[in-house]
Amino acid sequence: MSAIAFWGAVELGLIYGFVALGVFLAFRVLDFPDLTVDGSFPLGAAVAAVAITGGWDPWFACVLAAFGGALCGLVTAFLNVRFGILNLLASILTMIALFSVNLRIMGRPNMAVLNQETVITPFYDLGLADHLVRPAVLAVLVLATVLLLARFLGSDFGLATRAAGANPRMARANGVDVGRQIYFGMGLSNALTGLGGALFAQIAGFADVTSGVGTIVVGLAAVIVGETLFRSRTMLVALFSVVVGSVVYRVAVQMALSADFLFLKASDLNLVTAVLVTLALILPKLRARRRAVQ
Amino acid sequence: MISVEALHVTFNPGTPIERRAVNGIDLTLAEGEFATVIGSNGAGKSTLLAAIAGDAPPQQGRIKIGGRDVTREAPAKRAGRVARVFQDPLAGSCADLSIEENLALAAMRGARRGLRSALHADRRKHLRERVAELGLDLEDRMGDRMGLLSGGQRQALALVMATLAGAEVLLLDEHTAALDPGMAEFVVDLTRRLVAEHGLTTLMVTHSMRQALDLGSRTIMLHEGRIVLDIAGERRKNMDVDDLVAMFRRVRGGEELDDDSLRIG
Repeated sequence: MSAIAFWGAVELGLIYGFVALGVFLAFRVLDFPDLTVDGSFPLGAAVAAVAITGGWDPWFACVLAAFGGALCGLVTAFLNVRFGILNLLASILTMIALFSVNLRIMGRPNMAVLNQETVITPFYDLGLADHLVRPAVLAVLVLATVLLLARFLGSDFGLATRAAGANPRMARANGVDVGRQIYFGMGLSNALTGLGGALFAQIAGFADVTSGVGTIVVGLAAVIVGETLFRSRTMLVALFSVVVGSVVYRVAVQMALSADFLFLKASDLNLVTAVLVTLALILPKLRARRRAVQ
Repeated sequence: MISVEALHVTFNPGTPIERRAVNGIDLTLAEGEFATVIGSNGAGKSTLLAAIAGDAPPQQGRIKIGGRDVTREAPAKRAGRVARVFQDPLAGSCADLSIEENLALAAMRGARRGLRSALHADRRKHLRERVAELGLDLEDRMGDRMGLLSGGQRQALALVMATLAGAEVLLLDEHTAALDPGMAEFVVDLTRRLVAEHGLTTLMVTHSMRQALDLGSRTIMLHEGRIVLDIAGERRKNMDVDDLVAMFRRVRGGEELDDDSLRIG
């Protein structure tokens, strides 16, 4: 694998780090299996693409994308909290609807964001090679997000969010409005995913309605790989490990695809993803079983 | 103070599986009064507690806490005034949160939760002191996950959590039933101490006739959703476990006691 390919994988891993943080928030913190991300990721990309090609500031485009993502999460939360629709099903409904919404936003299935001012462009003049500038800027953004999230989850409000996911009955008995926490957490989770989509559109140079397919699996893969690599229970380390997991996962996929002896093609990506996630799910269990036997 | 007037709670009303769990209960507990509640399975003990906490909305009747009508208030909203400890030690805390995080969560019960760090220095110090008072050597394990503790330790901490935020009312739902005898004894003593210290108006459901007479100053027996016995003062003082069991039998119309529904001792 070439250096360019390696840093490209790191870059993609960092972009999906935002998605992984969102998925972690929904799946692990709120215990809410949320497929909305398959729709809120391309929504973020679409919103950013339309805003940037429309001449708006790329940072503003990111904020818009995050708000759009948050809105998607709120819709899912609304279906679940207000009407008691099963969480997974509620998120699938939102996801399906978002496919149409995203087509409406862009007015077509895909859109180029080439030769536009993006959040990265100002940093190209700092003397680093282009393929290093992107991961560097993204790393700073994602690490800042990790710190903010860790601080939030350690606050009184954040603790209530965690309790609402971990033990809703206990949370209610302690005065936590569980429904409100689900709204908030789902909004935040999908805002992060929308932001990831916005960064993806700017760095990949396009937005596509189909780019959301499998976002949830990639996010979950990152969460699981991260949890396998770091066993710590502190929130800061857990969040950090999710981002590392996202990068490691991308690099692993890149390595698998570029290893000639494996005869894999780029189109095998989804198969490789499924195999990697399955392995990550099985390995801890196998290890535990072997330990139990000894 | 708790006051319950003509309370009716029916589950699945209007369906073939309709069940009248609470069937017209009137009950007033003075401020700081500690009453124990007994009754066979399905008598409505837990439902009465759930109704007071807001988990089981009543069809009829009124519930007041400290003079304020809370009948239609959501459980989270009245949680600032009502603290609870459940039978299942796992139900009262979050296994994946640390001991101090669980306590910090309870310390904000009923308050507006902001973005201030939940574990700021003052609070940590205070929580540590409260845990040290237990004498269970948990004060040096404040960062440990709750899930690592035994059921008894979790139940003791649940009691501490119940008294962190200055509640008026404490609802205990067979909170020693799942513990081994030694730990149950410890939790009973702790209950007595904390209730007295904080002057809590307390309702404690128990299956143990011994506990029902030993703790508090009043004992209430429920049967089929109604209060069938309400004793306090001299009459209660002169009563022993056998008398109470005899009364229990009479209430049930001479039915033989089945061992699962009642533990004597």
